[in-house]
Amino acid sequence: MRFLTNLLLIVVIAVAIFVLVVLPWPALIVLVALLALWMAFTRTGRQAWSVTKVGVATIPQRLGSSSVIIVGIAGVVGVLVALLAMAEGFRQTLAQTGDADTAIIMRGGATAELNSGVSRDDATLIAQLPGILKDAEGKPIASPELVVVANIPKKTSATDANVEIRGVGAQAFALRPNVKITSGKRFGEGLRELIVGKGALAQFAGLDPGSTINLGNQQWTITGVFESGDAHESELWGDVEVVSATYRRQGYQSVTARLTSPEALDQLKAGIAADPRLKVDAKTTSDYYSAQSENLTRVIKVMGMIIGVIMGIGAVFGALNTMYAAVATRAREIATMRAIGFRGLPVVVSVLLETMLLALAGGLLGAFVAWLIFNNYTVSTLGQNFSQVVFAFKVSPALVWSGLKWALAIGFIGGLFPAMRAARLPVTTALREL
Amino acid sequence: MKYFHLIWAALFRRKTRTIFTLLSVLAAFLLFGMLDAVRSAFNAPPSAAGVSRLVVSSRISIIQPLPQSLLTRIQALPGVKDVAYANWFGGYYQEPKNQNLMFQIAVDPNYLDAYPELVLPADQRKAFNETRTGAILGEAAAKALNLKIGDKIPIKGAIFTNKASGDTTWTFDIVGIFKAAEDKQRGQENQMLFRWDYFDEGRTFGNGTIGWYIARVNDPNDSDKVAAAIDALSANSDHETKTQTEQAFQLAFVKQLGDIGLIVGAIMAAVFFTLILLTGNTMAQAVRERIPELAVLKTIGFSNKSVLGLVLAEAILLIVLGGVLGLLLAQVLLPAVNAGSGGRMNFPPIGGSTWTLGIALMLGIGLVVGVLPALRGMRLRIVDALAGR
Repeated sequence: MRFLTNLLLIVVIAVAIFVLVVLPWPALIVLVALLALWMAFTRTGRQAWSVTKVGVATIPQRLGSSSVIIVGIAGVVGVLVALLAMAEGFRQTLAQTGDADTAIIMRGGATAELNSGVSRDDATLIAQLPGILKDAEGKPIASPELVVVANIPKKTSATDANVEIRGVGAQAFALRPNVKITSGKRFGEGLRELIVGKGALAQFAGLDPGSTINLGNQQWTITGVFESGDAHESELWGDVEVVSATYRRQGYQSVTARLTSPEALDQLKAGIAADPRLKVDAKTTSDYYSAQSENLTRVIKVMGMIIGVIMGIGAVFGALNTMYAAVATRAREIATMRAIGFRGLPVVVSVLLETMLLALAGGLLGAFVAWLIFNNYTVSTLGQNFSQVVFAFKVSPALVWSGLKWALAIGFIGGLFPAMRAARLPVTTALREL
Repeated sequence: MKYFHLIWAALFRRKTRTIFTLLSVLAAFLLFGMLDAVRSAFNAPPSAAGVSRLVVSSRISIIQPLPQSLLTRIQALPGVKDVAYANWFGGYYQEPKNQNLMFQIAVDPNYLDAYPELVLPADQRKAFNETRTGAILGEAAAKALNLKIGDKIPIKGAIFTNKASGDTTWTFDIVGIFKAAEDKQRGQENQMLFRWDYFDEGRTFGNGTIGWYIARVNDPNDSDKVAAAIDALSANSDHETKTQTEQAFQLAFVKQLGDIGLIVGAIMAAVFFTLILLTGNTMAQAVRERIPELAVLKTIGFSNKSVLGLVLAEAILLIVLGGVLGLLLAQVLLPAVNAGSGGRMNFPPIGGSTWTLGIALMLGIGLVVGVLPALRGMRLRIVDALAGR
């Protein structure tokens, strides 16, 4: 019998956690409302309410041990939310880069611009393909680009980091209207001048407007700062012809072009296929940049889950300890209530609710601390082009919600077993104790 | 030591509570062991070979090629034992996602001499020298991709076009499989080495240039001097070099990934803070319950100091017991994670430094959580405690 109930408990836990995982937040509100209705309108519900009130009212007397649940769960949720916020920030930065209206054309098989190569002749051919939007003067809005990497020290560690320098064509600003110069001016055509992205300016040393940096034995002047709200902010931009000459490149790496409409990509692809001279692939820039975040995002998420599970197990034991102790100290009181006619279910519900309330408080605390410390915390890491991508942690409401789910799951497991013990206490022995 | 029995009995006075606490401690130190492995996997192990090898790359940036003509000039420098060179290939076998399982490098004949930690049987080495299209793989890569000696494999390159095939596909014959000499170097088994001459003749551009040189020095103490001499060779030319020890090179690379040490440190701080609170509460509870017993101990002649010692020892024993079990579990789990990932991850086994740090942490945390309850036990007055006041 005892074995069977324990088995049942484990099944209940598994089902509850599964429900919690798939549950969207509106469903939880419905669930809470149902619970409130039950408590207000049924006899056992009212009993449960009054037992819970007593339990919650005694929390201040057990502040030390109750804080174990709160802080333990806050630790789990805080670490989890911070790690997921890192993955989310990286994903968002790259997902915001590019859109469905622009296409990037690279050599077939190339996974990143750095690996690609497009000759000057090909670039001219590509710009004339169908599906590419033309400006008022009839020139195609396409920019042949070259990405190279420069060694520039990081501000935090003072060691050299690979910073991306993007040589762009004359149409680059028409192509990416979200790029805005916030201070200074654009680089001059044919000059050794660069503009620096807001993110790169913040992360790397010596890039303030007016200063000069040394690239390939030549002095380059920083003329301005730009803002784009995406991964381009980690880069420095200059004239593609000058960058290409400095790095002794014969051609470009990619051509980015504005399409007449998102559907024009097929037209463009057909144009490429029809020209035997072109061995290139086209994809939308949003596809290209989104794919870049997949690997790192997955690694961080998996790591976050593993760490979360191990820490969660630790927190469950902490909660079990606390609630068993709480039930033990209230054994007499619970037995008294049982003796005067309270049923088992209200006792179970009250202990469970009490634990989950504490867990919820812990989850909120953890998520709040993670938000306080890490929201918009800016870091950089190596991206696909073997160069630094600057991004900020993003603590989004969805992440907070998933952190709270973890907290509630831990509270549920940590509360269920002590709740069952409380309900099973033999009334006579419990009354005689102490 | 003679009180060990007493401490043990006190510890397991409330079995459930102690076991739950032990499991929490275990979880914390399991995490510590695994995260420390992650940290050391990213921080390349300091090795004598890493200090005696210099990496010579372009000062402009790592992706910029260097002329082959530097080879003889570097070789001629005093203090240089031998020089090898290599070029990044950057391709994948079958699917793009296999990119991280096996990366390819074109190497010159001397390369394996510069890396004595890559162990290749003599007959396979001979076959590699005799087969122009030959390639050798690390054992981990071979296992992950299910490849063996004798296989003919196409590699889809991302950068270099092959004259023979007209696109970026290159075909290689696997002639050997090498192993890392030590377990902690298993990360190096994720590469495929192939011959630079085959590569250079086959590619359509960049011929005669190389990615980087590896120069071995006679005396590691001279590394800085030799590095400066190498850089002086190309000073003010259009291909200036940057020479650093392999160790410094790898460290700089890891730093670019991000501050792994800081992330691991922050997580562990959160974990241990929680742990201290949790076990501290357990110990406080345990002592509170036993106040009459402690008073009895004092009555029969235990001094204040020995009561303090007993309670402290109990706290330390609790943490050390859970901590050692946790680290042992991590030690068992890590090889399983390595095996389960099919070569994608290669965490080094938990070493002496992790154990030392771990045990120091256990003792420290034990002291912190034990000190308040122990002081309480020491200060209690027999009369009050026995009377239940």
